[in-house]
Amino acid sequence: MSTANSNRSKASIIVSDRSEGFSLSVEIRDEILHEMSHYDDARAATIEALKIVQKHHGWVPDGACGAIGEILGIPGSDIEGVATFYNLIFRRPVGKYVIKVCDSIGCFLNGYEDVKAGLIQKLNIQPGQTTPDGRFTLLPICCLGACDKAPVLMINDDTHFNVDPSRLDALLEQYK
Amino acid sequence: MTSTVKSPETHPLTWRIRNNEAVLDIKAYEALEGYAGLRKALKEMSPADITQVVKDSNLKGRGGAGFPAGVKWSLVPMGPDAPKQKYLVCNADEMEPGTFKDRLLMETLPHQLIEAMILVGYALQVSKAYIFLRGEYVLAAERLNKALADARAAGYLGENILGTGWGMELYVHTGAGRYICGEETALINSLEGRRANPRAKPPFPQIAGLWGKPTVVNNVETLSNVPQIILRGAEWYKNLSQGKSKDAGTKLYGMSGRTKRTGVWELPLGTSAREILEEHAGGMKDGYKLKCWLPGGASTDFLMPEHLDLAMDYETIGKAGSRMGTGLMMVVDDKHNLLSVVRNLEEFFARESCGWCTPCRDGLPWTVKLLRAIEKGEGQSGDIETLEQMTRLLGPGKTFCAHAPGAMEPLQSALKYFRNEFESGIKQV
Repeated sequence: MSTANSNRSKASIIVSDRSEGFSLSVEIRDEILHEMSHYDDARAATIEALKIVQKHHGWVPDGACGAIGEILGIPGSDIEGVATFYNLIFRRPVGKYVIKVCDSIGCFLNGYEDVKAGLIQKLNIQPGQTTPDGRFTLLPICCLGACDKAPVLMINDDTHFNVDPSRLDALLEQYK
Repeated sequence: MTSTVKSPETHPLTWRIRNNEAVLDIKAYEALEGYAGLRKALKEMSPADITQVVKDSNLKGRGGAGFPAGVKWSLVPMGPDAPKQKYLVCNADEMEPGTFKDRLLMETLPHQLIEAMILVGYALQVSKAYIFLRGEYVLAAERLNKALADARAAGYLGENILGTGWGMELYVHTGAGRYICGEETALINSLEGRRANPRAKPPFPQIAGLWGKPTVVNNVETLSNVPQIILRGAEWYKNLSQGKSKDAGTKLYGMSGRTKRTGVWELPLGTSAREILEEHAGGMKDGYKLKCWLPGGASTDFLMPEHLDLAMDYETIGKAGSRMGTGLMMVVDDKHNLLSVVRNLEEFFARESCGWCTPCRDGLPWTVKLLRAIEKGEGQSGDIETLEQMTRLLGPGKTFCAHAPGAMEPLQSALKYFRNEFESGIKQV
């Protein structure tokens, strides 16, 4: 699977205010309520709620934690504590496409360093940074469970196997 | 690899998988004995019967620890006085570096796992079940959710399953990263919407787990074995290992690293490491020599070429000073310095520490710092001794969970077998 698709739905833009007022769209609220119905305790929907906000907004601003807490009936600080723990929840704006490069042992033994060096050179950013045009963010990630097809990376929801460091241009071209 | 005809008798986990590894939908699955184990169990067996058969089969946990599944289940309170809410959770947080077997099972045979979970759900009389799936397994999530919808529509899930009057629900819960979620009690905290810090044991999850209720957590491969055990019986399952091991059944073994072939193979439990490497993986790639190997993931001790004839089972690999772990081997070839390999492994463990207890939170980054210095040839005299001390201070019994002790396994074995490589990184004064 290597079709380029962004998770971001343009239909639901959230109005974000840096200080307090962060309101969740009706669509996001409904999706969170749906997830809550799967659990015997509302708190369990915390991670799904954060992922839903991120799917629509790209990342999770401070205000969103309080807004999610209101729906789930728990303090926003609890949501914040969870949001900062998990590496797939972004607390800063990220690029349109997030490249997650596996740096665990399977890929390490199979040319991960060339893939990483190639991406750093082509994108002209370091891991943790976003290109100035907002197109790509580069992040390390732990074992993606495909060591038989190493090296492996993900771009948003797409997993790319047997990544060839000499063909990175063609790979990146799929994501505009 | 020699081509073998796969049948349910010999390859209970993978016989249905097509060559192109396409997903089997509900019709295709049902046509190949799908949901037959569940039907048999609901029609002919009591919950206690099922637990007994699985206990007799000697099915052990395939997530790495190897605890007997039936024994785990038998600790769950049953009967009229048992709590109404009980839970079954599938640990599908496959994140042990080197491991890629559960991905295959979920992407190709989502119904096999679903059938197994309903069957085990009935055995334990649970009210709800969850598949805790790592967030990066996007394709598995898509296929599992589609399969769940089809299973629900076919009457395998919901209030009155196959007319028995008994019912349960099953949901996919996707994670948001962090290796520690694979630890049973950390997984439960994560499922509850908390930081994935492990919990103290006891109480064990079978008594007080998810939301304080009795909960069983089993790995994908462990659960996927159950329908065929119910269909074909405990004796058949025990004989699957063909006398190669005291352990029962087949195992998804695998190979990664610079071998001619890589992948996952379902083989009798106790197949030798040499057979996996030479027959199934075709040996090392031309120009590469085997230096050492990990039997089953990043948190297992390195073994050497002279260990290749050992049976890949829990006890034999344990006696050789390592653990079978997940059973997916990884070879390190002679082009790699062990120092950089161990440094990479410890960087992983240091980053993935949840930070809950001090030895792990502080000890792992310290270990990485020492390894980086030695790798650069800037190690100080005494650094190797400090690393050795680390393997004791971060070892079993010194930390809250098995994360740091797991991290120490490759380090202690590297120090044992490749001490000279470490010594060459110490600055001579």
